[in-house]
Amino acid sequence: MATFLLELVSPEKLLLSRQVEMATIPAAEGEMGVLPGHAPMIVTLRGGVIRVRENGAETESLFVGGGFAEISPERVTVLADEATPLASLSRAEAERRVAEAEAALAGIGNDDPAEKRELALDRVLSARTMLDLAQAA
Amino acid sequence: MPSLKDLRGRINSVKSTRKITQAMKMVAAAKLRRAQAQAEAARPYAERMEAILASLGAAVATQPGAPPLLVGTGADRVHLLVVVTADRGLAGPFNTNVGRLARNRIRALEAEGKVVKVLTVGRKGAAFLKRELASRIVGEITFMGKKRVEFADAEAIAVRVTEMLEAGEFDVCSLIYNRFRSVITQVPTEQRLIPAPLPEGEAPAGTGPVALYEYEPGEEQILATLLPRNLAIQIYRAVLESTAGFYGSQMSAMDSATRNAGDMINRLTLNYNRTRQANITKELIEIISGAEAV
Repeated sequence: MATFLLELVSPEKLLLSRQVEMATIPAAEGEMGVLPGHAPMIVTLRGGVIRVRENGAETESLFVGGGFAEISPERVTVLADEATPLASLSRAEAERRVAEAEAALAGIGNDDPAEKRELALDRVLSARTMLDLAQAA
Repeated sequence: MPSLKDLRGRINSVKSTRKITQAMKMVAAAKLRRAQAQAEAARPYAERMEAILASLGAAVATQPGAPPLLVGTGADRVHLLVVVTADRGLAGPFNTNVGRLARNRIRALEAEGKVVKVLTVGRKGAAFLKRELASRIVGEITFMGKKRVEFADAEAIAVRVTEMLEAGEFDVCSLIYNRFRSVITQVPTEQRLIPAPLPEGEAPAGTGPVALYEYEPGEEQILATLLPRNLAIQIYRAVLESTAGFYGSQMSAMDSATRNAGDMINRLTLNYNRTRQANITKELIEIISGAEAV
């Protein structure tokens, strides 16, 4: 089966760099399954899970809290704001973040620019996703 | 001529100084390894980021209404310098080198009639610049008491810089820090942050033919999230390099201090032994000449 190079980097380290068959990426406008030979794209990510398929089986799934992905036919680079393997997500941490993000959203008045509200809303959604995943794990 | 007791006291005090510098050298070496690993771990992200930004920025920068983080405010009057130093001293010329570069830049810019504002990161830089240029400092940030600098810390600095830009407090922003070349050489460097430096012409070699990307969502939206992030990552990288450089510099400073202390101990010991022998000889002469006189 054809493979492509998947690289997952967060500002603090390089988490993953190897040949995989398929990766599912939580793009801002919907989940994207990427196979080798994908058309070149740059997408933003929302909070969600990256799933990796190798040798016909799902081998890794990691939570990413937003970021970017650069997709080219033979290579996918994911620049994640942060990335944590699903198994090591902490529920307490997720709850703290939800509370923090919701407080930040509530603090935004009507006079603030729309982008600011959207950003805060994204944060809340990302934190809620993290909490759901932490509870499931 | 110092007495034997004085010499003994001095030898002992230099010996304990040597113990301290030796311990500091070991600690710096251990921390250096960790800081270096952290700096290296951050490198891939920064490199990919640059590549994406290069392919995206070139297309958008020429359009009207490009984000100010990318193209600046269009003016060139007020400069903001972000000066990154360490929080601690005892590291040879590490902090002074950055401080001196910053001071020269401030003087040069002011000679051109520009207004300069300084944001210091690290306690030592603030202390250095406060002596003569205190009025230019608009903010101080330190990482005192933190074991390691995390990305969130750099992000906080970036947010602050962005807010200042939005408030129209400066036009051009540069970063001054020690670039880590090797354990024994750190190069004080100035790097422009805003407007973002874009590679001229072609994309950097090694990326192959420039792919025509599709953007999802649009280019502007991607750029709007990418630029603040890029600012944070540039600052993060500078802070990490500076930290690694600091430990390198401290290690070599402490190494030479240990060596100097060793030399000094040898000299003092020689002096001590000579004085001791001279005293014995003197006493013998006194005894012998006393016996002869009888």
